[in-house]
Parts: sequence; structure tokens; C-alpha cells
Amino acid sequence: MRRDLRIIADLISPSARVLDLGCGEGDLLAWLKHNKSVNGYGLDVDPNNITTCLAKGVNVIEHDLDAGLHDFADDGFDLVVMTETLQSVRHPDRLLSEMLRIGKECIVTFPNFAHWRCRLYLGFRGRMPVVQQLPNEWFDTPNIRLCTFDDFEQLCRQRGYRIIERFVVGPDYRSHALADSLPNLFGTIAFYRIGRSE
Amino acid sequence: MAESAFLGTSLGVVAPQRFVYADPFTLKCGEVLSGFDLMYETYGTLNASASNAILICHALSGHHHAAGLHSADDDKPGWWNHCIGRGKPIDTERFFVVALNNIGGCHGSTGPCSMKPDGSGMYGPTFPVVNVEDWVKSQARLADHLGIQRFAAVIGGSLGGMQALQWAMEFPDRVRSAVVIAAAPKLTAQNIAFNEIARHAITSDPQFANGHYRDSGVNPDVGLALARMIGHVTYLSASGMGKRFGRQIKSGDLRAGADVEFQVQSYLRYQGQTFSRQFDANTYVLMTRALDLFDPAAEFGDDLVAALSRATADFLVVSFTSDWRFPVERSEEIAHALLRSRKDVSHAIIESEHGHDSFLLPLPRYLDVLGTYLRRIHEEIHANAT
Repeated sequence: MRRDLRIIADLISPSARVLDLGCGEGDLLAWLKHNKSVNGYGLDVDPNNITTCLAKGVNVIEHDLDAGLHDFADDGFDLVVMTETLQSVRHPDRLLSEMLRIGKECIVTFPNFAHWRCRLYLGFRGRMPVVQQLPNEWFDTPNIRLCTFDDFEQLCRQRGYRIIERFVVGPDYRSHALADSLPNLFGTIAFYRIGRSE
Repeated sequence: MAESAFLGTSLGVVAPQRFVYADPFTLKCGEVLSGFDLMYETYGTLNASASNAILICHALSGHHHAAGLHSADDDKPGWWNHCIGRGKPIDTERFFVVALNNIGGCHGSTGPCSMKPDGSGMYGPTFPVVNVEDWVKSQARLADHLGIQRFAAVIGGSLGGMQALQWAMEFPDRVRSAVVIAAAPKLTAQNIAFNEIARHAITSDPQFANGHYRDSGVNPDVGLALARMIGHVTYLSASGMGKRFGRQIKSGDLRAGADVEFQVQSYLRYQGQTFSRQFDANTYVLMTRALDLFDPAAEFGDDLVAALSRATADFLVVSFTSDWRFPVERSEEIAHALLRSRKDVSHAIIESEHGHDSFLLPLPRYLDVLGTYLRRIHEEIHANAT
């Protein structure tokens, strides 16, 4: 399993009710099902991913996140997970608020647009960064809502979301001393566990 | 679009069989049938533990002949031939497939065309009202007869999907998985309206004779054809019809006007006429009424989540983008109610321009979704057995 999914899997308690937004090929849910008796559901929009999930026995609902989550009941899940998808939805703020309505807690991961490589790329070349975590050219990228860790934390403060846990890693999904001390400069990907305001 | 991985090969010649149930059978409406016959076909081989059986539930005008040919020179295979066979999505190398004609049908099962047990002639319009629940219960009797305690899957499209849903609620212990295709948890007012137009077309045909047309040796061909034409238009989509027929002229001259016939006119007439020769009018009325009446949430205070809470099956819900008779949203209702009820459920939305009829067509992604899902169900059965 991808290392970032492994990190998330370790954050999930056994038998939790999990909704995975943008579940891809269902690796996280398949692992959770077999190792933590987690009966989860995935949402994805890619037909090939749907078939792959069906082959794995992962519950998957074909759904475009840009259509919102209004069919989902309040408090339907213990945890709503969204890995590296926040940056490609049309209304990230609305989606976050929906996620915290239907789930008691959320885990969100996304790439940091303020990583030093991005800063150098934009600062010196004067062009939109094409880096490992954001490999597409500006005109065909699915990543239309790029943000930095500081941006995300500011949004959480504005909306009163509680940041329960933050885990910052480098491009290899491992933690580094530099990324720990100056995350918004040296962190590539962040894992945020957030909850509703108290 | 890429070809499906589940093209497979066809079954060859198959033979229908008759199941005779000789005990009284009480229908939901309260009336009692002294027994019933069901025509059915089976494909593939039932394994020793009888764990590999799949039930196919048919839609409004379907029947037991779902796959294969009835003779070597038969030019028309069963209605779901591209889905059932060796290496096809419903793989007869893996599964034992049962398809039947429901009670009230006109293909040999007990229905309006059957003789009444008291010798007073044909049932005709006096055949009792039949509900989806009755079909499911009668199908369970057939399963008993075949030695099938639990189906690996119960599969149906449209009205057949409602039966699959009902199976999962009525007999949770007897359904490992339910595949609910292009269905709805109940009809909308618009759905009922279309059914009523179709019924009205039939019953207002003078040759219908209040349903006693067989006594006078006539058939309400005009009404039945009209019902089919209306139905058929609602099973297609505007864009699908546009692509297929456009404004092509079959005969006549557009400038002259009066004698012009568009391709779509000729197509619809042909569909209507063929259908009126093959299908019984009383059965059509009965089947559309069963559709109208289906509403499993009604006895649970209109709470579909509560109605589905009895189910234990794993569900696959499939819908088609251009289906406006049972649109994607209706399948989402089912999927979300199952999700809220904490059932295992997946929902695939197949891109198609063929409207409601899509569920009968060999669309590559549709075949792949069905085949992939059923292959996994088969693996689970196999894993449980060893």
C-alpha cells in the first residue's frame, strides 16, 4: 500500500465507520477491511477505479465530489478521509464543511504549494511549478485549488475547525527534521486530522 | 470505447422447463391461487453445495428465455444473451443461472391466459392483482424445488431490479448479493402516469372487450401497439433517438407533407405491431400495475432505510446516465438508503445514450462492472467453501 495510505490507516481505530472521498483504487479501504474490520465506503468518479474497487470487494459509490455530499446524513461516519484531493475540487471550503457534518472527524492530506521547490520554481523561473507532487502543466492540471499549509490552517481557524493532529512529511512520505521545524517551507505533504469546533 | 473483457461465448440450444406448484398460494391482494406453474430455464451447473446459483428476474415484458437458442436454426437468442454464457458477465462456467417467467406472465406461467381451475374458462381480466412480493415468494418456491437455499446473486433490471431488492428484504438469509439495475425504490407520479396512458390505450381499444378479447377471438392489437409505442419512447433518450433516426425520411416527400413518413414513425409502428402479436394485453395491464404498486417503504412509514434494514446482502446498484424513466437519482436513493442502513453497497453509473433500454444492451463498461462484481462474488463463495 502507498506509504501515505499506511500513515492514515494507522490513524484509524478498528471498526470505525469510514468514508473515503476520492478513494481511487480502494487500497486504503481494502486494507482497513482486512486488517481493522473497518466497513468503509469509497466515493470516486473514475470508471476504472470503480471497477477496480468492485474487484477488491470495496464498497464504492460513483460520485463527483463537486456535486457535494448532501445525500449523506449528519454524523453518518466516524471518520471522513480525503487524500490529495482537496486541491482538485471546485469548492474545498464547502466540501470541508460537509465532511465535518457527516463525519465526526476528518483526515485531509494535500501538497504544500509553499514548499521551497515550488517557491524557487515560481520565484526564479517565473512559471507555475511542475514538481513531483504537482506534476501537471497549468493548463491540464486537475489541481485547481492549490494552497499552502498556512492557508489551510487559516481556513480552519476562520471556520472554527479544530486541528487535532498534524503530520508533515517530505516527498518520500517520511518525516524530516527540517519539515518538522519549518513545515510550510520544507513540508511536501501534510496530514491533518480535524474536528468540529468545540 | 474499449471492448469488454466479458464477451464470452453463447450457450447454444437450451430448453424451457415447467415447475408445477400444487399447493394453495395466497397473494398479497388476499386472493388464493390453488397452485401455479412457472416456466423456467437454467444454464450452467449447480455445484454440490448449491452455492453458485444466480436468479434472473425479468422486467415488464420479459420471460424465462434469457439466454441461448430454442433450436439450432433459432435466429433470436434469449433477451439477455450477451450477459449470460461462458465467459460472459453472468458466467455459466462459474454459476448456475435460473431465469423464469413470473406469475401473471404470458409465456407459459400461470397468468391471465391460463385456464381457471374450476373449469370456467380462461382467467383473462379476472386474474388477481399480482405484486412484486408475490413474484419473489413464488420464485422462492422454485428455488426450493431446485434445491437452492441461498442464491449467490439475485439480479434484475427495471421491474426485475425491484424484485432483486424485494428478495434481499424478504429473504435476507437466501440472498448473498443483489444486483439492482436501472430500478427505483418506487414509481413517481410521472412513471405511474406513463403506465396509465399505456393501460388506457389498451383498455379503450374496442377489441379489448373489458379484457375478454380471447372469448371473442380478437385481440386489442391497436391498443397494445399504442401502449408499446408510448413505453418504447420512454425507454429511449432524446439524444439516442436523434442519433439513430434524426429526421430521416422513410418514404414520401417533405415538401408534399401529407404522405411523408419519418424513419422513427416506421420504427415505432413496427415495434408496436410486433409486440401486439407477441404479448398479452391483460398481462401488460397486470405487470404495469405491479410496477405502480411496488413501494417497500410504505409499511415502514415511508422510511426506505428502515425497510432495507432487514437485508444482509451485498448490493450492486447500476444506473445509466440517459435513463429518464428510472434516472440515476433513483438508483442513488437506493444506494444511499442502503449506505445509511449500513449495508455493503456499490453504485456504478454507466455513461450511455440509450436511455432506460441501456440495461438490456451490451455496453462494454456495463458488462465489465457486472462481470467484475460477480467474479468477486464467485471468489468469495469459493474462499468460504475451502
